[in-house]
Amino acid sequence: MTNGGAWAVEIDELVKKFGDFTAVDHVSIRIRVGEVFGFLGPNGAGKSTVIRILCGLLRPTSGHATVHGYDVSTHPEEIRRNIGYMSQKFSLYDDLTVSQNIDFFSGIYGVAKKRRPERKQYVLRMADLEERSDTITRLLPGGWKQRLALGCAILHEPPILFLDEPTSGVDPIARRAFWDLIYDLSEAGQTIFVTTHYMDEAEYCHRLALINGGRIIAAGTPASLKEELSSRTLLQLDSSDVLESMRALENEPEVDDVAVFGGGLHITVQNAERASFRIRAALAANNIEIRRLERILPSMEDVFVALIEAQADTEAARTESAGSVQ
Amino acid sequence: MSWQRIGAVFRKELRHIMRDPRSLGLALVQPLVMLLLFGSALSLDVDRISTLVYDADQTSASRELIRQFKGSRYFEVEGAVDSTKAVERGIDRNRILVGLVVPRDYAKHVAAGQTADFQILLDGSDSNTASIALSYVNALVQDYGNKLRASALSRHAGRSLPLPIDFQVRIWYNSSLESKNFVVPGLVAVILVVIAGMLASLTIAREWEMGTMEQLLSTPVRPSELVLAKMLGFFTVGAVDTVIAVLVGIFVFDVPFRGNVGLLALTSCLFLCGVFFWGILVSALAKTQLVAYQVGVATTFLPSFLLSGFIYSIDSMPKVVQAITHVVPARYFVTILRGIFLKGVGPEVLWGNILLLTCFMVAVFFLATWRLSQKLA
Repeated sequence: MTNGGAWAVEIDELVKKFGDFTAVDHVSIRIRVGEVFGFLGPNGAGKSTVIRILCGLLRPTSGHATVHGYDVSTHPEEIRRNIGYMSQKFSLYDDLTVSQNIDFFSGIYGVAKKRRPERKQYVLRMADLEERSDTITRLLPGGWKQRLALGCAILHEPPILFLDEPTSGVDPIARRAFWDLIYDLSEAGQTIFVTTHYMDEAEYCHRLALINGGRIIAAGTPASLKEELSSRTLLQLDSSDVLESMRALENEPEVDDVAVFGGGLHITVQNAERASFRIRAALAANNIEIRRLERILPSMEDVFVALIEAQADTEAARTESAGSVQ
Repeated sequence: MSWQRIGAVFRKELRHIMRDPRSLGLALVQPLVMLLLFGSALSLDVDRISTLVYDADQTSASRELIRQFKGSRYFEVEGAVDSTKAVERGIDRNRILVGLVVPRDYAKHVAAGQTADFQILLDGSDSNTASIALSYVNALVQDYGNKLRASALSRHAGRSLPLPIDFQVRIWYNSSLESKNFVVPGLVAVILVVIAGMLASLTIAREWEMGTMEQLLSTPVRPSELVLAKMLGFFTVGAVDTVIAVLVGIFVFDVPFRGNVGLLALTSCLFLCGVFFWGILVSALAKTQLVAYQVGVATTFLPSFLLSGFIYSIDSMPKVVQAITHVVPARYFVTILRGIFLKGVGPEVLWGNILLLTCFMVAVFFLATWRLSQKLA
């Protein structure tokens, strides 16, 4: 059985329960060959659980999943030969050198003896570790370790790569460099399934799914997800007092929603011009100085917050109506 | 099974061992220390028993009796005192184990051909040593009594008379009845078990704690390959330990080696594989390294020390405990080691033990492999 179709990963109504807790709740996803697919969600949303099921590390409670054409429940061994997995926790051997770690993973992934020197060189060059091949891995800085871990996961040139929060705890510059690597691999034809809770990283993905509380709440390209919010108009406000500003705008009729974002506020409005006028007036009345007030395009984070709020609203409505039936 | 994957894990394990000089040192020095310590301290022999003498008779006959004690290698006469009280004081103060009191009319009774009494005071607080000491006293007195009787008879008859029964004992395998010959071969087994419990019990638990286990399980490596390769890594250390232990036994403790070296090597391999698989199983069962280590040591050292027949004879244990000893692999290996070292016997005698050792090894290998694959749930 080989992968004839265009799907690298197919997940159909996947459920995973741990006792009473439902970590993954009827998740269905399809990932195209060669795609960089992002799995976005807060901690504990079920991202890692899905990845671990796909890697054959957990058994699903119900539903189906195939990876490279193989069913995870029945053909885990075939899947393990065709994937690279980089877990959330750094998982190379700290007490071995860079070069020894590479040799070890070459061995267990079954890289042919002839190919090994070439693959090793490739990984060392890719991770920029050529000078450090005899360094004990423990002594490498965080970003370098991540690159080495990625390198070890692709030694056997797997068609599909699972990266579980590969950039957590890595500085922004190293994160950027890491994403460049992911793009290189994608261009070479590898399918990449990556989880993250960094919203900015989501923008780098070809397609993504937002997951919260074990459920997919939205899926699509970054642009299409943002489009869902394009009907709304978003204003960015930087002022002398964030909390006072929020209070002053709470009952303003032109303002739909106010949310704290970094050091300022994101204000959802109907009409930018009318709302700006009202906002300036309201803040002036409260002696709040405006440093910046302008229209912005929604970021991934705005989309995510809006979607989670929408999900919470519909759920609340559902429980309310269920209550009123009784 | 892929030898390529097994080889990769094996080399990695060796590097872990080499990279951690503390545990490597421990693994190589500990057997030596244990062997020297237990080999010399764990003597079950009772000899040179400290003895104090009160000779109230002060005759040549009483001095002859005391000379019997002085001449024996089992008794060490510390000195003579002048009252029974002084002998008692010696026992009270732990100076001596045995007191010999010869009463005033001892020589008279001997000369008259009557039963001559004398008193032996024994410190019974260490019952085992006391009963051994008592048996030495009995043997010595009986022997001396026979001699006295024979010489009295020959005086009457005017010529020397042979003793009616002369019995000569020949002890096989350990003719000098030295306990080191009994202890040291068994000690080899105990030491290997301890090393295995210490080294191997950490291995899987450590991988879980470090997060590398999950990584391994996402690769094509199979549980059986992991268990086998890890065992082989430890085996190299265990094999060195075995050679050290055997050589120290033969050359430092002068334990006779009468059997076949090849058979010793083969059975040691079986035993080492078995106990390392055991350590890996414990490691796969435990959640943390700490628990694994404690369980590892508790399930290896104690049973091997107490239930293997290493010191305490299995035949004299209660039936229930005897049944338990069958799952202690050291039991079979201790028997094999003694058979090879002291008796020089081969597979024709030891096959049963070798078979059971093999069964243990195979069973534990499958258990460990099964346990590891259960982790995927």
